[in-house]
Amino acid sequence: MKVSVVERILSANDRLALENQTLLDAHGVLGVNLMASPGAGKTSLIEQTIDALQGCLCLGAVDGDIATSLDADRVAARGIPAVQINTGGSCHLDANMLKRALSDVPLDEIDLLLVENVGNLICPANFKLGTHFSAVIASIPEGDDKPYKYPPMYTGVDVLIINKIDLLPYLEFDLDYFSRGVEILNSGIVTFEVSCKTGEGIHAWADWLVEQVEAHTQASE
Amino acid sequence: MHELPVTESILEIVLRHAKEAGATRVMQIDLTIGDFSSIVDDSVQFYFDILSKETIAKDAQLVFNRVPGKLRCWDCQATFAPNGREYSCPKCGSMRVQVVDGREFRVESIEVE
Repeated sequence: MKVSVVERILSANDRLALENQTLLDAHGVLGVNLMASPGAGKTSLIEQTIDALQGCLCLGAVDGDIATSLDADRVAARGIPAVQINTGGSCHLDANMLKRALSDVPLDEIDLLLVENVGNLICPANFKLGTHFSAVIASIPEGDDKPYKYPPMYTGVDVLIINKIDLLPYLEFDLDYFSRGVEILNSGIVTFEVSCKTGEGIHAWADWLVEQVEAHTQASE
Repeated sequence: MHELPVTESILEIVLRHAKEAGATRVMQIDLTIGDFSSIVDDSVQFYFDILSKETIAKDAQLVFNRVPGKLRCWDCQATFAPNGREYSCPKCGSMRVQVVDGREFRVESIEVE
């Protein structure tokens, strides 16, 4: 006897992701999932974002790593609530991990939650967390061929942040070749070119976040 | 991509539907896997054989039905299959394309008794 199933294999994670998003909505919080290779600048971007949005928005952060609280400590030092998830070996965050972390985030006190995923250009792309947006940070020293080599990550995100643009004069990075690769996979994706070191481009990213939080608040009313 | 947790999910879905159908044995599991979904069939089979040992899905045949990837050109709306790693539109040459098929990743059906 044949039984029709038609159920997505990652449906359990998707269900939890939806619960997470519903919880964020209930508290008027916009969630962003930040993904990138190790060292591309996820934590640095969060630090710069906190500084740029001082007095505008209340931020919270969830940091995911295999070990240590180094990232959450850095972020907390900037004065925002930060929760560290130690995955103990898992190479990505999933909706279940975020669900547990959310119970330690003061959702009533924040407008924007930045979730820093585990440094990894492959696995995080496959696991929805329940955030409203996802972003990939590509850094100049990683090279310009990453969209071609890691298509699932570049296909699945809403925002692209190109970091360390201050290093462009010193490295062989063909921005046109890189951009063509991105365009193939994700035509018209919202893109920001920044340097967390010099601060260049950070305000455009911060302004965009403010717009998204406002739109999210209006949509909830 | 994480064939062990993926296989655990497949088994959970299969056993739940088999139980709902009042089945005593699962003989075949049909999976629909798009070409753009990354999954290694042999690894899934390997983990499945281990995980299903004490269940009614023991010895079930896993059938991987692959769905070809399909792209659509943003500029001329032509749909086409990617030619290897070549993703540009064969009709107008545009590089602005989107994936419209081939991301499937689901348990389609099970054969039970």
